[in-house]
Amino acid sequence: MSLLDVRDLSVVFQRRGERPFTAVDKVSFSVEPGQTVGLVGESGCGKSVTSLAIMGLLPRRGNKVTGQVMFDGADLLALRPDDMRDRRGRDIGMIFQDPLSSLNPVVPIGTQVAEVLERHRGMDRKAALKEARELLDAVGIPDPNRRLKEYPHQISGGMRQRALIAIALACKPRLLIADEPTTALDVTIQAQILTLLKQLVDETGTALIMITHDLGVVAGLCDTVNVLYGGKVVERAARHELFARPRHPYTHGLLNSVPRLDSPRGERLHAIRGSVADNIPWAEGCAFAPRCDNVVDACLEGTPPLEPTTTGGDLRCNNPVTEEVAVP
Amino acid sequence: MTEERTGPLVELRDVKVHFPIKSGVLIDRTVGYVYAVDGVSLSINKGETYGLVGESGCGKSTLGRGLLRLVEPTDGEIVFDGTDVRSLKGEQMRRARRRMQMIFQDPLSSLDPRQSVESLLVEGLKAHGLAGDKAATAKKLREALAAVGLPASALSKYPHEFSGGQRQRIGIARALVLDPDLIVADEPVSALDVSIQAQVLNLLEDIQNERGLTYLIIAHDLAVVRHIADTVGVMYLGGLVEEASSDDLYREPMHPYTKALMSAVPVPDPQVEDRRERILLAGDLPSPTNPPAGCRFHTRCPWAQPKRCADERPALREVLDGHRVACHYAEDIAAGRIRPHEVEPELVRPDDGAAPGDTGELIPTL
Repeated sequence: MSLLDVRDLSVVFQRRGERPFTAVDKVSFSVEPGQTVGLVGESGCGKSVTSLAIMGLLPRRGNKVTGQVMFDGADLLALRPDDMRDRRGRDIGMIFQDPLSSLNPVVPIGTQVAEVLERHRGMDRKAALKEARELLDAVGIPDPNRRLKEYPHQISGGMRQRALIAIALACKPRLLIADEPTTALDVTIQAQILTLLKQLVDETGTALIMITHDLGVVAGLCDTVNVLYGGKVVERAARHELFARPRHPYTHGLLNSVPRLDSPRGERLHAIRGSVADNIPWAEGCAFAPRCDNVVDACLEGTPPLEPTTTGGDLRCNNPVTEEVAVP
Repeated sequence: MTEERTGPLVELRDVKVHFPIKSGVLIDRTVGYVYAVDGVSLSINKGETYGLVGESGCGKSTLGRGLLRLVEPTDGEIVFDGTDVRSLKGEQMRRARRRMQMIFQDPLSSLDPRQSVESLLVEGLKAHGLAGDKAATAKKLREALAAVGLPASALSKYPHEFSGGQRQRIGIARALVLDPDLIVADEPVSALDVSIQAQVLNLLEDIQNERGLTYLIIAHDLAVVRHIADTVGVMYLGGLVEEASSDDLYREPMHPYTKALMSAVPVPDPQVEDRRERILLAGDLPSPTNPPAGCRFHTRCPWAQPKRCADERPALREVLDGHRVACHYAEDIAAGRIRPHEVEPELVRPDDGAAPGDTGELIPTL
């Protein structure tokens, strides 16, 4: 059985007097124990909202969440807020993009790590701090004894992200959700953090949902990749398959539009035309149709279904790309 | 890129930009300096694209601003097309700025939300007294918009009516109306989604091919810079550590920092990602208020050698033809005579060095 099974998850934002906006539109995917699953897409594709909905962190008002999020046989969306609070942090940990705004600026790092242990594992402060020291050590923070007493502004961005990872891992969760964990960091620090995440996932067997816009990060980390566009999964495939043979024109376009460090210089980039603002609602056809090079009549006659491919993935496209991406 | 190259358009010689750190209640006392740019020499040829890369805090943006004197350089020489920019005064400087324009990172905050596109574009022309003839001005605006791929109807709209990529196009058009020789672009695509990045990068290349512009592109993304630049300079903590043609730099990075930086950039290809070796740097960037003595990179360098690296700051020297490296041991590392070793990570605190005399001990709160 899957560890996490998201079924038809939809999030609709609605404010009084405004038209409802469907940020996440019947997204389904599952995560096996120990697996790393990627959610990839550009801004506005619904990747972060998906993760917040899974964690039950969306504001109570102004949105409607439907579908099921089965974790361990229980539907997280149907849990009472108290029960959800018990699970959050214990069974599912989360790492956010900006470590400075997700750490409390007036509480020392050590206390923030210990807090989780006290809350979920019923430890007393002394034992929790001792454990916190070990956690900081495990995520590669030098001189953890001293760091315990320091405040977030006193340590660097990379260290803050490590502290946040320590907090997320404090209760040995079975699932970790990382929402753009390295976007705010420099590349050399990003490499440190990604290596650390990879190690931790290998050692502890924690499953990981990696949310990112960076295809490079996905290429090195994820087992399965879900590509989102306009709130829907448009393509799902195993890592090697997706990068070697992207079938959806959007995935294909994304891969072709990123300048690569190892591609020959002076080659023109194949940009995807238009912008996300050109989307059409899914109900009227494929949201990507106005920007798509492979568009056919059927694309404007209703939502194409997500269908299994011969290679074990899923694809939502009437006229998929057939050529292979040349591996240099 | 295909332009004929006739000597340098811009030459920087030992440029320094230091910011004083002030302290005190009534009387400002200078207690130290942030050595944002500390002795950079480089030259940019006409029609060339020079890419400046480095991580946050390395001084790349300050260098770009210092070049246009948007921040006043502390020392050094900036020669633009034969004239020493730093000696220009008031009106002369203002006139010289017409020929060097800037494109900023965040198009939303660099465009006044209350100005229409027309007013944004005309502003520069008016400031330089070029907006006298109405018909000619209108033609210029239309041409600039056409060059960046926006319809003439955009003139009456306001910045919020455009998407991020379109706003960046407006920013580029604003630089183009003045018909500059040099464009300094500070992180021109990093605020944009990847599919839009490609559009803007292609646009910058097209404009350069048409008009023979010279670019200084400042970016943290090595892949972007490699794609667009002819020559790449890598900065670390206020200094240039390596400079070479884009292809040479990629094929054979010689400075240990460049090697580490290259190996850290993720490549969107699992085949490559699974195989390649990473050089993980220990710790973080030291504070520019209190840069390490000797080679600034020696605290994190896996190839650092005892004594010399910590004592003597290496000069940027030509190691191979057209390939300048600031490392004492560049040849030895390239030949494999020096092997990398482990570096203990040191914790760097953002406020280190800001207050000399304070040993950094904190009041325990637990």
